[in-house]
Amino acid sequence: MYLYDQTDRQIIADRVAQFRDQTARYLAGEIKDEEFLPLRLQNGLYIQRLAPMLRICIPYGLVSAAQLRRLAAITRQYDKGYAHLTTRQNIQLNWPALEDVPDILADLAEVEMHAVQTSGNCIRNFTTDQFAGVAPDELIDPRPYCEIMRQWATFHPEFAFLPRKFKIAVCGSTHDRAAVRFHDIGLNLRQNEQGEAGFEVLVGGGLGRTPVIGSVIRRFLPAVHILSYLEAILRVYNLKGNRDNRYKARIKILVRAMGVEAFRTAVEAEWQHLKDGPSTLTEAELARAKGFFTAPPYANVDPAATTATLAEQAAGDKAFANWLERNTHAHRVAGYRSVTLSLKPTGVPPGDITAAQLDSVADLTERYSFGEARTTHEQNMVLADVEAAQLYPLWQELTPLGFATPTLGTLLDMVCCPGGDFCSLANAKSIPIAETIQRRFADLDYVYDLGDLDLNISGCMNACGHHHVGHIGILGVDKKGREYYQVQLGGNSGEDAALAKVLGPAFEESEVPDVIEKIIASYVAERVEGESFLEAYRRLGHEHFKGVVYARPD
Amino acid sequence: MPALIKDGAVIDNRWTRPVLAAQDPLPAGPVLVSLEYWNANAAQITARADSVGLLLQPDEDPAAIRGGLTDIPLIAIHFPAFTDGRGFSLARLLRERFHYHGELRAVGAPIRDQLSYLVRVGFNAFELAEHYDPQAALASLADFSDSYQAAADQPLPLFRRRG
Repeated sequence: MYLYDQTDRQIIADRVAQFRDQTARYLAGEIKDEEFLPLRLQNGLYIQRLAPMLRICIPYGLVSAAQLRRLAAITRQYDKGYAHLTTRQNIQLNWPALEDVPDILADLAEVEMHAVQTSGNCIRNFTTDQFAGVAPDELIDPRPYCEIMRQWATFHPEFAFLPRKFKIAVCGSTHDRAAVRFHDIGLNLRQNEQGEAGFEVLVGGGLGRTPVIGSVIRRFLPAVHILSYLEAILRVYNLKGNRDNRYKARIKILVRAMGVEAFRTAVEAEWQHLKDGPSTLTEAELARAKGFFTAPPYANVDPAATTATLAEQAAGDKAFANWLERNTHAHRVAGYRSVTLSLKPTGVPPGDITAAQLDSVADLTERYSFGEARTTHEQNMVLADVEAAQLYPLWQELTPLGFATPTLGTLLDMVCCPGGDFCSLANAKSIPIAETIQRRFADLDYVYDLGDLDLNISGCMNACGHHHVGHIGILGVDKKGREYYQVQLGGNSGEDAALAKVLGPAFEESEVPDVIEKIIASYVAERVEGESFLEAYRRLGHEHFKGVVYARPD
Repeated sequence: MPALIKDGAVIDNRWTRPVLAAQDPLPAGPVLVSLEYWNANAAQITARADSVGLLLQPDEDPAAIRGGLTDIPLIAIHFPAFTDGRGFSLARLLRERFHYHGELRAVGAPIRDQLSYLVRVGFNAFELAEHYDPQAALASLADFSDSYQAAADQPLPLFRRRG
């Protein structure tokens, strides 16, 4: 992973000193609340329903053992001994005190971490595929480009006061695991016919109040031009984006208002001035960045023998077989697999992780996966480089730690925002909904039989739980001061992206598990051989499920 | 009139900003005028070039300024709110695309904690809100010892300068 040099360290140290001074001046009454607001947000600090919330950046989801241990120590010293993984690969603390935040940032800086631009109307963390560098379907490793773009965006002086927040996702594989179609800018790394690396550029995607699938504005941008092209897009947005109404301020609204063609023309015109300038990437910089993401020293293993052993272990242990099937993933190096550590056991808020668990992940990375872990936008963690022969002992260690819930990609692997239990924006609680559904579908064999099924829950229309792209989406709404839940079907965040459609009137909390059960039962009854929930939904149609859920008993 | 920070020092602000209709005569003394007035009174302004500056609103296009920018002693960019970031882009355009080398001043509502970014995009003068002590604010001009990306104050990104 990327390692800081003296300049990187100095820049982050400067930032910590700056925020320490700003916090002191704010507490002394020298900075007004409304002026302090963007300053603290761009240092990751929200004021939440119960306490401040500090969102710490995990750049494109990569985290080292030393960083995990530091995060654990911080949650113990300054918080309540746990943290929460977000849907954009970051990690957040729910209970820090404002006065402690400069010290927390200083502690983070010691392990080359920060909370820079994790909130506020600026360029946020770059997110990517959690299997970057190891996925068999990868075309180009996105991590060096993510790091180059991360540096460009960090303290970008022109784009710190945009009309609204700005999120960029990068994907380097054929299968989209980064939801690039639902970001302000989505970047797909591709090779052209000459074998040169470049980006397909999408703009104007997003969830929130107005969900939109992003539009392609450039089929192929040679990779060396990425910074000037991003700068052109951001400049057009910064100058033209709506600043009167924050609900109409995202770039998707501007793209829609101008029309994709006119927006593309404006970007290309701006880019003509910037193209080939000093921000054009050099061979030396590309080589430097790539040098931080080389393959680790994989062992020379006999894949055939390993496969046989694994098959034997799986045959003798159903629980291991389930986990192996659901929670481990193909690796581009024979004899290796990637392992997802589930943070979705029933009864724990999805994505929550304790200090002890953070320490455990640190230890596991050192013993099984070259000292690094990844965070996923589905709120789990990944050990990317595990020797297949080590899977059985690893699984035995994961089980008592609570990481082996074998439900990856299933109905029980829900994406869920913190909701009304924590968030001041929420209209309704979301974590208890996740839990009641997990309890209702406790029969694992039944859940496996359902196959891949994304169920996403948001506590309000800001859509942090990505309900618009769940095959089943649940949205908390407020009806005359009471919490209700709207059910949506048919969303998908992958390459065949789709937005979910609302099924009908919202339900009370107690009705939600029954509604989900009716939908699932109808799928099971109607599906044809091998048909996934999403495929069946697309074939049977929205009205079919509407009838199933809202049919009056005769 | 708010205190003025220019080129790293607190100085007196001599420039007035009267509201002028296009046909109004130019007031005496150093004066900032709107783009509309500027474009309508080019001859008068040329005669007094060193004491007439331009006040640009964030939705105005630098390409619409009549005549060359070389002889303009002062361009001020108005920030209607400190969170309105359009002025940051306008400043870079004036410096990097229109090669404006005169005084570039942030007026309206910029706050002390934006100073380091304002410097980076090309401003060299600032009128801060009244509740900021301008002398103390000087410390915020150089919050960062280096920066990653190219901008008006440093045309080379860090990756072209790393040792």
